[in-house]
Amino acid sequence: MTYIAKPVARHPRMKVNALGLTPRDYEGTMSTLCAGCGHDSVTSALIQAFYELDIEPHRVAKLSGIGCSSKTPAYFIREAHGFNSVHGRMPSIAAGANAANQDLLYVGISGDGDSLSIGLGQLCHAIRRNVNMLYVLENNGVYGLTKGQFSASADVGTRSKGGEINRHGPIDPVNLALSLGATFVARSFSGDKRQLVPILKAGMRHKGFAFVDVISPCVTFNDHKGSTKSYAHTRAHMHEVVETDFVPLRREITAEYGEGATRSVTMHDGSAVRFNKVDADYDPTDRGAVLEHLRQVRNRGEVATGLLYLEETGEDMHAFENTVEGPLVDLPYDVLCPGSAALAELQKEWW
Amino acid sequence: MQPTDTRDPQYYHKVVDCQWACPAHTNVPEYIRLIAQGRYSDAYMLNRASNVFPGILGRTCDRPCEPACRRTRVDGKPVAICRLKRVAADLREDITDRLPKAPPVKNGKRVALIGGGPASLTVANDLLPQGYEVVLFEKHDKLGGLMLTNIPAFRLPAKVLNEEIAYVVDMGLDVRLNTPVESMKGLLDDGFDAVFVGVGAPRGKNLELPGRYDSDRVHIGIDWLESVAFQHIDTIGERVLVIGVGNTAMDCCRTAKRLGGTDVKVMARRGRADFKASDWELEDAEGEQVEVMEYHSPKAFVVEDGQLRGMTFDVVEWYEDDKGKQRSRAVEEVFIPADDVIVAIGQENAFPWIERDMGIEFNDWDMPVVDRGTMQCSLPGVFFGGDAAWGPENIIWAVEHGHQAAISIHNHCHGIPLAERPDYGMNLVSQKMGIHEWSYSNDYDPNARTAMRYVDLRDRLAGIGVEAELGYDVDEAAREVERCLNCDIQTDFTANLCIECDACIDVCPLHCLTITENGTEVELRQRLTAPAENLKQDIYVSEELPQTRRVMVKDEDLCVHCGLCAERCPTAAWDMRKFDLLVPYAGHDTWATTAAL
Repeated sequence: MTYIAKPVARHPRMKVNALGLTPRDYEGTMSTLCAGCGHDSVTSALIQAFYELDIEPHRVAKLSGIGCSSKTPAYFIREAHGFNSVHGRMPSIAAGANAANQDLLYVGISGDGDSLSIGLGQLCHAIRRNVNMLYVLENNGVYGLTKGQFSASADVGTRSKGGEINRHGPIDPVNLALSLGATFVARSFSGDKRQLVPILKAGMRHKGFAFVDVISPCVTFNDHKGSTKSYAHTRAHMHEVVETDFVPLRREITAEYGEGATRSVTMHDGSAVRFNKVDADYDPTDRGAVLEHLRQVRNRGEVATGLLYLEETGEDMHAFENTVEGPLVDLPYDVLCPGSAALAELQKEWW
Repeated sequence: MQPTDTRDPQYYHKVVDCQWACPAHTNVPEYIRLIAQGRYSDAYMLNRASNVFPGILGRTCDRPCEPACRRTRVDGKPVAICRLKRVAADLREDITDRLPKAPPVKNGKRVALIGGGPASLTVANDLLPQGYEVVLFEKHDKLGGLMLTNIPAFRLPAKVLNEEIAYVVDMGLDVRLNTPVESMKGLLDDGFDAVFVGVGAPRGKNLELPGRYDSDRVHIGIDWLESVAFQHIDTIGERVLVIGVGNTAMDCCRTAKRLGGTDVKVMARRGRADFKASDWELEDAEGEQVEVMEYHSPKAFVVEDGQLRGMTFDVVEWYEDDKGKQRSRAVEEVFIPADDVIVAIGQENAFPWIERDMGIEFNDWDMPVVDRGTMQCSLPGVFFGGDAAWGPENIIWAVEHGHQAAISIHNHCHGIPLAERPDYGMNLVSQKMGIHEWSYSNDYDPNARTAMRYVDLRDRLAGIGVEAELGYDVDEAAREVERCLNCDIQTDFTANLCIECDACIDVCPLHCLTITENGTEVELRQRLTAPAENLKQDIYVSEELPQTRRVMVKDEDLCVHCGLCAERCPTAAWDMRKFDLLVPYAGHDTWATTAAL
């Protein structure tokens, strides 16, 4: 753990975004994770994404459960709202918060233990409801906080630091999300911000549940030879199925795609996601084809990365439930709570 | 780019901006650290090893280190390096038993030093402990040279000056006071093995204008200061004009304020941005109610009935001619009354006592031709240093000239070619104490520069001997030392340990680090986490990294040496290592370079 505060000294020529903020204004407290933890790089990528999207710090709600990953909301945007829930229960807190105030940007940070073991049911239902949020699963294949037991995402044949070989089949979070009907599914790597940052930005702008599985190595318990979630293994085996470029609304979207660009999807707010260098015949908007393609990549022993599936026309939780527009806090009190007479009138339906 | 060779001592030396900028390469961060630990005597001795006169320089140095200080680039104001040097001198205990000593058995070589200023005294300081017999010839009845005659006592008390001169003299220097050298030939005939000329630049430039010689109230700055120093002059008129705006002019105007001048004006031809005086000396003068008048070009002395009435000036404006050269044109003429005028527009060298037919070559400006590296002139065995070598510089340059001349003299006396100079070396030692603990104060302190306190203005101007600055007390020093960014604690990188987790890049508060594909320097500087736009600062490039064959690049410009890169590095690829530059002096062997974990 680091004892000193990060120096307040700043680069004198650091650029500011449209809000006049620098990347350092999106920082949180000093990380207490192990040195070299992939999660700190994910935090750094999130900071860059918030900064580049000119997001107002007080319009963000950070949510998490329990685990190393779930500590990380403390390390970005100190001015944001935050809620650290019971283990695995972050999705319901996020759904509830979103039901009450749909105008905030919800960013849930979870891990493979929090999401794929104790909270698996919660994650599944948040996907089904299509809660409008960015959900980042920091995936390292081990329970780091409890000294490195295999987690539910550990691959068959992977070796623990103590020498054990894992024999249980993994839960592939990307496969899970796709099969449950998620509208935004991506996988990336903490050691590749060039890929990760545009995906996070697109996820923040996506209307619906944006699911990002980030391979985020545990340096302390899962970065050795024989691990399939180490820095070296991920670098050697990651296969970028599709390269993603996020084009914000402010930048003029021209018809010219770069070489290899095949497709552009316009987001709900008018920004766009552009797909470049797609694997031959890969269509990131065809769920069935994506599932099949990913199966082939997996069978080759590779880790497919990129913004793998995107559907921008899906309905989110508020659309399903036909809720009122805007946050509840903005409703006049007599509309929010119409009184006992109105309640009695409503109850007549079930008499 | 080729991987940076950090085992060349000069790479990390350059990262220590203050030490790099100091002509004598004083180990500033380490002495500041010693002050922080309350080890004032150790800090003094470390200073003395390179700059010989810490007490004197702590008050009078030109401070090339301070504009170079990294802290200036980070928060606008440099660490008060010079003031801290004075703290080490003021708060030290008796260190006389720690001073170098001359051996009882001499080496049989005799060296003559001409002039008793900082350059000659440094040569003596370096050669006496090596067993040389050193004879110093001084024309005045006191040692010190310019430090005595040109720097007023309110900036440099006699006690401080005399004490540090005595440290050198007491090693066994044979001092001949009141002994001006009249003939270089004669001196060489006395059988010296080597001669060092450190006579300064003793002739003040004159201002040849109408009326110059019609009054005895027109003075040459350095001569006038010298007369004040020797107490031949102790008064001046109420209205004083000082012509020129260099550091000598600042000493003149402040001295005039103490000798009875009430209306003292410094007259400058140019605007403030082009003044030669150090900012702090200008501030001090203006703090003593000296008026500085820009754009006044002297025209004539006005003398009526043998009485100086004042001077006429052209008020000028500056413009660029077609060749881009700055030129002035007169806008109007003004008369400014004065009782005394002091001309402080520069100094010149004069060597009437060196015979021109003895093999010492002089150039078109009547200056001796001196080799920049060896300090030797065209006559083997004769060396120059300080202001005598290339005209007015400053004390710290004189000291460095003295060190280099001493090495040359040592080589000359032992039949070693002068070009064979002992090498610099370095030690590089990890500062890791525990898992997240370092043996230096790595926490960044956002304090602003500690202001200097002065003696109350009325008391200050009451006498020439009242030292104006009070110096930092223990608490102020303790506060200022924490502003030092520890540039000598180097971020040392071992490429084959790196797993490219990005932790260092993510945590670096100044965005100094990047992992990227290698390229040419020009192009690489542009695609870093933050563009490396300060071309005076190097960028470090590592060997290829094991996993992706990319390279680690560090822009040295703004690194605050907080150690967070090393602290967040899981494999200790980054380590914080203390760099100690090993500087060679006369009689020392070449230094080795050692790097240990």
